[in-house]
Amino acid sequence: MNDRDRPTGGQTAQAIEAAPGTEDLESKRARAGFARRLLREAGIGVALLAMIAVFASAAPHFTDQSNITNVLTQITINLIMATGMTFVILIGGIDLSVGSVLAFAAMVAGLVLKSQGLPVPAAITLAVLTSIAVGMACGFANGFIASFWGVPSFIVTLGMLNVARGAALEVTNARTLFEFPNEFNNFGTATLFGAPAIFLVALALVLIGWWILTQTVFGRLIYAIGNNEEAVRLSGHNTFFYKVAAFVISGLTVGIGAIIYMARLTIASPILGSGFELNAIAAVIIGGTSLNGGRGSLIGTFLGACLIGVLADGLILMGVGDFVRQIITGGVIILAVIIDSYRAKLAERTR
Amino acid sequence: MDSEPLPRGGESPQPPLLELRGVTKRFPGVTALAGVDFAVAAGEIHALVGENGAGKSTLIKLLCGTYPADAGEMHLAGAAYRPQTPLDALKAGIRVVYQEFNLLPYLSVAENLFFDRLPRRGGLLLDRKSLYERSTALLKRVGLDVDPRTSVEHLGVAQRQLLEIGKALSSAGRLLILDEPTATLTPREIGRLFEIIRSVRAAGVVVIFVSHHLNEIFELCDAVTVLRNGRRIASLAVAGTTPQEIVHLMVGHALERALAGGKPPATPASSEAAPALRVRNLRFRNNPHGVSFDLRYGEIVGLAGLVGSGRTETLRAIFGADRRDGGEIYREGRRVAMVTPREAVRHGVCLLTENRKEEGLVLPMPVRVNLTLTDLTQVSRAGLLRRRAERNVTQAWIDDLDARVASLEQLVLNLSGGNQQKIVIAKWLFRNAAVLMLDEPTRGIDVGAKAEIHDLLRRLALQGKAILVVSSEIPELTALCDRILVLWRGRCAGEVRRAEFDDERILSLACGEQPAGLRAPGRRASPGPSDERP
Repeated sequence: MNDRDRPTGGQTAQAIEAAPGTEDLESKRARAGFARRLLREAGIGVALLAMIAVFASAAPHFTDQSNITNVLTQITINLIMATGMTFVILIGGIDLSVGSVLAFAAMVAGLVLKSQGLPVPAAITLAVLTSIAVGMACGFANGFIASFWGVPSFIVTLGMLNVARGAALEVTNARTLFEFPNEFNNFGTATLFGAPAIFLVALALVLIGWWILTQTVFGRLIYAIGNNEEAVRLSGHNTFFYKVAAFVISGLTVGIGAIIYMARLTIASPILGSGFELNAIAAVIIGGTSLNGGRGSLIGTFLGACLIGVLADGLILMGVGDFVRQIITGGVIILAVIIDSYRAKLAERTR
Repeated sequence: MDSEPLPRGGESPQPPLLELRGVTKRFPGVTALAGVDFAVAAGEIHALVGENGAGKSTLIKLLCGTYPADAGEMHLAGAAYRPQTPLDALKAGIRVVYQEFNLLPYLSVAENLFFDRLPRRGGLLLDRKSLYERSTALLKRVGLDVDPRTSVEHLGVAQRQLLEIGKALSSAGRLLILDEPTATLTPREIGRLFEIIRSVRAAGVVVIFVSHHLNEIFELCDAVTVLRNGRRIASLAVAGTTPQEIVHLMVGHALERALAGGKPPATPASSEAAPALRVRNLRFRNNPHGVSFDLRYGEIVGLAGLVGSGRTETLRAIFGADRRDGGEIYREGRRVAMVTPREAVRHGVCLLTENRKEEGLVLPMPVRVNLTLTDLTQVSRAGLLRRRAERNVTQAWIDDLDARVASLEQLVLNLSGGNQQKIVIAKWLFRNAAVLMLDEPTRGIDVGAKAEIHDLLRRLALQGKAILVVSSEIPELTALCDRILVLWRGRCAGEVRRAEFDDERILSLACGEQPAGLRAPGRRASPGPSDERP
């Protein structure tokens, strides 16, 4: 369509006319852009810090070492799932199947873990690989179907939500698996440098994901596709590959999440993980990633997952009931989206 | 503030219908309009011109209540006019045809026309009969030959534009604002539009007409106001000025080459070498006729034709952006498949689409990211981005093409149309594409930037690039090209070489070789029912 000379255009023209000799204008703009970006990320960070401060003074035992460990353990699974979910949402998709796929991957891995005749280290290794493979296969199916036939990923993954849940139940005919090797179960409660080992795994995944998104060609194209897929395609890129890859990454994190969840619970049950998809999406959205794709960061997702976890923990310590807690959590999600849309409008006006 | 008295013209004895005094609009960090005085007399068609970013759209948005002015006053028919919302403007009798379409794609043409006041029966039920009757009459008036029950999603761009105009005319108003209404129309439709505008004027409606095409202003308008950098530079009677003067006022420095057109490069190298691109019987969209032509290095070839003649489709089919039904493509004599844009790019062929905002650029991302998007291997190692290298190479291209950007991190969204187009060109030069296909490269771009892009294309041809240009403006093609292929209904209707360039001949080929039916030469052909299909 045609160009319009909106106020933004006017601003550009004037800024440019003034450009020679007014170096400070440009640096001021750069600084304003940096400040705005900082604000975006810091907004959620400040909210998190404020919440921690409130709970530290109001909730008994909130700052105890054992409670901190507990919070970190609680947020681990959501953090892992939200990391993969961030990739999917950045390309403008959504993955509703992660909770069910987690259960399916856990059941298959559980069977491998309990298979007779394998030495324990081999069984554990094989179980981890199986879980990851199941997760990635489901992610691939999601991404391929959504991209190849142009079906909205909302629908495809809604279907997968049911398929994977059914498959998880079918694997053992709804039986729960338990009595895994001690070496495996111990990992769920192990600590390293005073932090739960499983949380450190989640943290590592966040950092790797952040590195991929910000430092690699792959990450660059994920963002670009989320903003304008057609422009990227017409620039000579295979957008199909990147869209499928985002879902495969989501599946990968689900596979890792399944193993870690099993280790923590020391069981594998086909009803695991229901509703996890919504927690993961909530963490991503609270973290400032746009549901339309193309905008957001894994740092935001990390803070979003922390915020959800701290909120739940603090409310429990303050003796708030389970039902009220759900109401408050829901309110926070809505509030985050309102703030985000307000922020987007503000940014548009400032440009 | 620009307070020196400026020449005024086109004023009739009666008080102006619309008068703006000292209107100012600031956005954070920028003054979009600085104390603008602007008056439109009753019964006139008043042109509003200026480069992108001059403040035309801001002025229109103030008039139609999108946002309020920060200072100054507006008077409409003698009374103070302070619209707070678009509804206020509508009630005050202001009708606007925006550049961007505001149509509801899944509703019918008729429902779009009368969306805000659908005729009812018994207060509740939709009166379809009356709706379709009134729609048919209105469609006839704007020369749009479609069934009012058609869903808008099936209409082409030009048809949508006419529909927007029909929508603005569907209720009585006293001020009609047209923002670049001709950008997507063919000469025939423009002729029809001008008739409509004149009849609207005859009915006592005042018209504000925004256009980049000076020839349209000189054909249609009574008065013209020039804006530059948010200031009113001059208001003149069209009869008392010249295109050169307007361009001079708009750009602020002599840029007459925009109108002169400049000299095209010498004829390309020897024709014995294998052509850069050879297309044979290219078929698309169930079009049974094939398009065939050769494109050599160093030459600029134009593709002319009416809307729907298959110009855009030809480019997109070559590039692999859309499905091909058949035909062969040879690159330097070798048959190539080029089924996807990725393959085409690897063969050094690129396409600058007609919608740079939708398909050419990732608007919410920085200049740097957009420029390197075509070849990230140049700015990465083992899949890792090298930001410093990226910045250096981007800066080099920005300097080379003289694209005016505040910084490499500036979002492309905030650039003017001309600079956006330069970024699109730069990204393909960065990729080192040898064959450049450009679809409407200067649409919606002001005269200054247009001349720069023409110069750039000539330079690139001299450097040996093969260039294929689609344009709806025949003068643009004749100024730029070595030869022009004319398409008509999906086939080559003829080829015109530079020595034989003649607007009338090209136009008659584009219309399917009607010999005597055409009256006027140039852009303004005899208006009639448009036979284009989207």
